[in-house]
Amino acid sequence: MPVTFKDFRNKVRPNWCPGCGDFSVQASIQRAAANLGLTPDSLAIISGIGCSGRISGYINSYGFHGIHGRALPIAQGVKMGNRDLTVIAAGGDGDGFAIGMGHTIHAIRRNIDITYIVMDNQIYGLTKGQTSPRSDMGFKTKSTPAGSVESPLSIMEMALTAGATFVAQGFSSDLKDLTSLIEQGIQHQGFSLINVFSPCVTYNKVNTYDWFKEHLIDLNDIEDYDPHNRVAAMQTLMAHNGLVKGLIYQDNEKKSYQDIAPGYSQEPLADTNIQLTEDQFKALVGEFM
Amino acid sequence: MINQLSWKVGGQQGEGIESTGEIFAKALYRLGYHLYGYRHFSSRIKGGHTNNKIRVSTEKIRSVSDDLDILVAFDQETIDVNFEELRQGGIIIADEKFKPVNPDDTKAKLCVVPFTKIATELGTSLMKNMVAVGASSAALGIPLENYHPIVKEIFGRKGDKVVESNIQAIEKGAEYFNREAGGPIDDFTLAPGDGKQRMYMIGNDAIAMGAIAAGVRIMSAYPITPASEIMEYLIDKLPKFGGTVIQTEDEIAAATMAIGANYSGVRAFTASAGPGLSLMAESIGLAGMTETPLVVVDTQRGGPSTGLPTKQEQSDIMAMIYGTHGEIPKVVMAPSTVEEAFYDMVEAFNIAEEYQCPVILLSDLQLSLGKQSVDPFDYNRIEIRRGKLMNESLPEIDKNEGFKRYENTPDGISPRTLPGMKNGLHHVTGVEHAETGKPSETADNRKVQMDKRLRKLRHLKFETPVHIDAKHERPDLLLIGIGSTRGAIEEAMMRLENEGVSVNHAHIRLLHPFPAEEMKPLIEKARHVVVIEQNATGQLAGLVKLNVGGRDKISSVLKYDGNPFKPAEVYKECKGVVSHASHV
Ligand SMILES: Cc1ncc(C[n+]2csc(CCOP(=O)(O)OP(=O)(O)O)c2C)c(N)n1
Ligand code: SF4
Ligand SMILES: [Mg+2]
Repeated sequence: MPVTFKDFRNKVRPNWCPGCGDFSVQASIQRAAANLGLTPDSLAIISGIGCSGRISGYINSYGFHGIHGRALPIAQGVKMGNRDLTVIAAGGDGDGFAIGMGHTIHAIRRNIDITYIVMDNQIYGLTKGQTSPRSDMGFKTKSTPAGSVESPLSIMEMALTAGATFVAQGFSSDLKDLTSLIEQGIQHQGFSLINVFSPCVTYNKVNTYDWFKEHLIDLNDIEDYDPHNRVAAMQTLMAHNGLVKGLIYQDNEKKSYQDIAPGYSQEPLADTNIQLTEDQFKALVGEFM
Repeated sequence: MINQLSWKVGGQQGEGIESTGEIFAKALYRLGYHLYGYRHFSSRIKGGHTNNKIRVSTEKIRSVSDDLDILVAFDQETIDVNFEELRQGGIIIADEKFKPVNPDDTKAKLCVVPFTKIATELGTSLMKNMVAVGASSAALGIPLENYHPIVKEIFGRKGDKVVESNIQAIEKGAEYFNREAGGPIDDFTLAPGDGKQRMYMIGNDAIAMGAIAAGVRIMSAYPITPASEIMEYLIDKLPKFGGTVIQTEDEIAAATMAIGANYSGVRAFTASAGPGLSLMAESIGLAGMTETPLVVVDTQRGGPSTGLPTKQEQSDIMAMIYGTHGEIPKVVMAPSTVEEAFYDMVEAFNIAEEYQCPVILLSDLQLSLGKQSVDPFDYNRIEIRRGKLMNESLPEIDKNEGFKRYENTPDGISPRTLPGMKNGLHHVTGVEHAETGKPSETADNRKVQMDKRLRKLRHLKFETPVHIDAKHERPDLLLIGIGSTRGAIEEAMMRLENEGVSVNHAHIRLLHPFPAEEMKPLIEKARHVVVIEQNATGQLAGLVKLNVGGRDKISSVLKYDGNPFKPAEVYKECKGVVSHASHV
């Protein structure tokens, strides 16, 4: 029987607010996994802490809900341990671009073959509405009652300068497009960053579904947009203040970390025999004699 | 003829001090002598005084020596800094180049040898360390042929000419010394070694080799003194086994990446020192809560903060036991010798997988970096146990329930499946969870899962939780120590015994859960208990009091100046405890 997105459903009822953008991200992952013919056993979703971080518990697959900001290093460890798994890391904008920013930058440049989906709502949802590194200047939140005085991060531009090989941006309202971006991300050989505008209907009354519909530019609508041209990608992002959706940039040339790490096994490490032979052991001992 | 001797070479960092000690040591351990080294170095890369002290003995030793017989000096600072350590009747062999001055010729003899000049005449001043090795060997009466294979191993790649001139440098250094001193010095002539072949390595080499023997395939780590050698060894070795070392962006990534790798089913670990362990605190809690095996090595150095990064200390004890929020099952083990460091590392992975919890292997700078001779490790002692790790053929599960990864079993340990396994699908979270791994905050479930996790270590099997040397039924003294101080304590104990003080020794190998059962009778039967440790607040003594009691008869001997304990220091302090007690 072929897999369908229903195979990736479990009985857990999400505790997200009705209307939360994260529902569509969940559905898109389920559909993308089914469309690619993955099985629940071969998929591991590693998530951070936040409303968004709960996503790994709402999908029927292996899942690891870790600690705040650390989804990426855990996910990279999983992939390096078993390269046959499809590994998705997921979390919020606070998770990935505040507390976990160091990991995000380095996961990008390390280029291990995993897909990272950020549910970007420009706010801290779980802790009830504080400013995030993605909040606009002047944005009023619980922690910035007079309006944020810090600049928001231009995350897509940052990813490009960090050497990203797959950069895309999606929107929770466009289930079909988002599903396709996730499929492409999973298929990409290397690290894929997919930032998803995923509105928080409870704490962000500015960046709403309507707001995004009004402001987002679909890259498909830009004539001759070439996602393999890094300079053009950067210019487009800057011209539109990062408010674009679609595949922004993909580099199919650069090899993934697993493919260039010297000596790294082609077989999943988790499946290999770890017992040393006596000859191997003697050789190791001999080096110190 | 003597049975043991101490030799030290000193100079400016980056001047070849290391290689001088290395080559000299190689000849000696290959002759079957036991060696124990200590490196004094600073955080600078070039410049700054550095020295390498090697104790040579016909018997097994596990400590630095109290004094010094031979000092080889490449500069005056070396003489000035180390003169006090020289014993009455010792000798200084110094390079003529810096016009060495002997601070007190009634104490030590100065023998000037033109290290640099001889080396330059042979082609390059770089060989001055070889001249020094030659002069040292002449003093001890070591036959120079022993150096031929060693020089070939080191310089063979550079061609016969280089080999030849290095051998000449050694010979010229010896000749010059013999002419000056009139041949080998009786006082320094060692009885022959036993000729047995041993390994010569630092604790970090043993830890890293232990990781390979344990089947490690991934190490994620961030460089730090004194842990980096572990990473360096594995950067060379892991690719040969299909594995890899990933140098992460920080220690949080190092620990969480190791958690991810262990979760996927591969043996992975990280190693660091105090500052890194502080950063890992939350991750260690995650491993405890999600019951993911994790091994972390802590090579202790001087704290707090950046502290004394290149110096000896044992001040992470409490932090390693308690350093995460909430309550988790955790094992903290402390090898006290290089051999133990190797076998313990294998056992750390077995325990981590059998009990599905974090295991911290606690080393200290002296154990991690002190180079010593070690009997070759035994292949037959290596055993790999993976606990309740399931294999592929699992019964079908109800999709909506999932696999009971956190099943409430009698011993608290649940069957473990890995991502990729059919019928093993489950959720993992650091949030309190039910048997299926799904979040649950009910009061009943909380208690069940908390008890289940903490129950796991109740019957922890650990081969030698305390290394006990208790010859006396009711000793005057019980000495308690941990880590690299073992040798110093053993030697102090011998001296006290020779003076008629009856002494037992307990060296703690399993720090947490604390081996209270083993320690209790030892403490009860001793008249006085002295806890010897390298920190300022008596952390180990505190643990003994907390877990066993005996508050009124426990005293502490502490050292926190950055240097390892010497046997004489332990002896003196313990002697003080005994004589003070006999006066009251
Ligand atoms: C180390 C640590 N600090 C703080 C928190 C509290 N905390 C939980 S989620 C969160 C931020 C959530 O924001 P985001 O990552 O954007 O996720 P969202 O809820 O918006 O999906 C914070 C600060 C924590 N869990 N751990
Ligand atoms: S608070 Fe916001 S982010 Fe969290 S579930 Fe509700 S809508 Fe979603
Ligand atoms: Mg958010």
